[in-house]
Amino acid sequence: MTATVPPVPRAAAAAGWKPTASSRRSTLAPWAFILPGFIIYAVVMLYPAVQTLNMSLHEWSIVPGADSPWIGLDNYFRAFNDPEFITSLVNAGVYTAVTVPIQMAIGLGLALLLNDHLPGRTLFRVLFYLPVVTSWVVVSLLFQFIFSSSAEGLANSLLIDVLHVADEPTSFFLNRWTAYIAICALGIWKGLGWSMLIFLAALTAVPKELHEAAALDGANAWQRFRNVSLPAIRSAVATVFILLVIGGFNVFISVMLMTGGENDTHVPLTMMYEQGFRFFDFGYGSAISFSLTIIVLGLSAFQYWWTKRKTKL
Amino acid sequence: MLIVRAVRYTILTIATVILVYPFIFMVSVSFRSRSTSLGNPFEIMPSEPTLNNYERVLNEENFGLYAFNSAFVAIVSTFLIVLLSSMMAFGLTRFQFKGRRIVMTAIIAGLTIPTMMLIIPQFLLARDLQLLNSLPGLIPFYVGTALGFNTFLLCGFFEGIPAELDEAMIIDGAGAWRRYFNLALPLAKPALATTVIFAFLGTWDEFAWALTVINDEKQRTLPIAIALFQGQHSTSWGLVFAASLLALIPVLIVYIVFQRFFVAGIASGALKS
Repeated sequence: MTATVPPVPRAAAAAGWKPTASSRRSTLAPWAFILPGFIIYAVVMLYPAVQTLNMSLHEWSIVPGADSPWIGLDNYFRAFNDPEFITSLVNAGVYTAVTVPIQMAIGLGLALLLNDHLPGRTLFRVLFYLPVVTSWVVVSLLFQFIFSSSAEGLANSLLIDVLHVADEPTSFFLNRWTAYIAICALGIWKGLGWSMLIFLAALTAVPKELHEAAALDGANAWQRFRNVSLPAIRSAVATVFILLVIGGFNVFISVMLMTGGENDTHVPLTMMYEQGFRFFDFGYGSAISFSLTIIVLGLSAFQYWWTKRKTKL
Repeated sequence: MLIVRAVRYTILTIATVILVYPFIFMVSVSFRSRSTSLGNPFEIMPSEPTLNNYERVLNEENFGLYAFNSAFVAIVSTFLIVLLSSMMAFGLTRFQFKGRRIVMTAIIAGLTIPTMMLIIPQFLLARDLQLLNSLPGLIPFYVGTALGFNTFLLCGFFEGIPAELDEAMIIDGAGAWRRYFNLALPLAKPALATTVIFAFLGTWDEFAWALTVINDEKQRTLPIAIALFQGQHSTSWGLVFAASLLALIPVLIVYIVFQRFFVAGIASGALKS
């Protein structure tokens, strides 16, 4: 964003200063502001990012100073031949494919309902956003309890006593796909408010006059949504889509706390964490991290290109 | 028109019930005794409500210490994040200099990296810097990982401040620091409020990194304490939820007081928690 905007005119030049000793001081001034933060940023973010790639190409020894032989792409071949890693990618893919469209559809629906001078609008908005600000740890434990295997668990009791679609309580976390019902339910419940809020912000920016003009021309509610609102919020939709897909593939805390990756429920990050901090296979863990990042970046780039292309048509 | 409005409210109310019910359920269970915590899940008022869980959390489980630890880390980190990211944004938007583009690119590139991906090399870095198992040792990592996003957010805001204001202050003889404190910061107040909120919530709730580097029970923050609670007292859900709800209080206060900034911040920056 900033790269394309012309920089603010150099203050000194605008004030009519000639290059003198004081302007040399002004070339140092920006660094006094930037360096303290940038050094921390470089040490904590940039160096580890490069180091992830480096470590993934070695059989990394955890003993400081010990030899860590270079093994090229071996860790990557190992990952893509490891059924556990493939399973974890499929799980993350399923989680994303289920949670993203539902969050976007319901989020957009709620935003449309709230996009009016409705009494109580702020209250609804605050309540819908509540799950988003609650910590992942708390909501993961809460959903573990809601989906507990006992007949008195909230989910089981809903299925058995209220909806009558099951006779026996389900042990949700003992099976890969029933575990994902719980994990996806949590993902949707927690994320809804976020997409709603962004859609609401985008809808608020649509000029009222456009809707009034369309209504005068006899457009019904659906036509006004389709032809007035939707084109105006297209970039918000694209942004939410891309960010939710990134978030979906990076799901971690909920899976770690709800199943710990048992019963084939690993996602790439829980598997990376296990390889790193349980088996201390740092090289392999780094290869998983780096593969995931590349896959997600590739997906984002594709989505970006695809939405650009769609907008042009 | 009336019917449309009625339908609207009906749908919104149903959505509210579904979205809020888990919280109500959590509150309800936190007031139940251990033997009745798995009672009828649709019975909101517990038959024999008890404060026992809250008493135990506050008296026996070191909750005060963990809350203090979390507050310490969150407040110091938030202060540093706001200070350093506003300084970086000021330096990047109010000056024209060699290397500006490189710094900007490094920051934008960092935005595409999920923090979790870095956890293994960060762990080794913390080990080499002797920051493992230390509460203050969390701070540089919390600050470093939050700086990129917040600097980016503030850059967008600082760019909107007209250059004429800088020039006027320069003619009056104001140095860079005075322009930073007396011009940029006061004008950027709404954006700074957003930064404060996100930085505070992010560090107060942070789990994965603290879990990885903190071993000592005395150095734990609330999220790890709560997750481990559940491991130790897996049948005492009332206890776990009482602790969770207490940990939620500061979040709710910050959220409700500043909720209008949430909208502005999210609309301008688009952040996924």
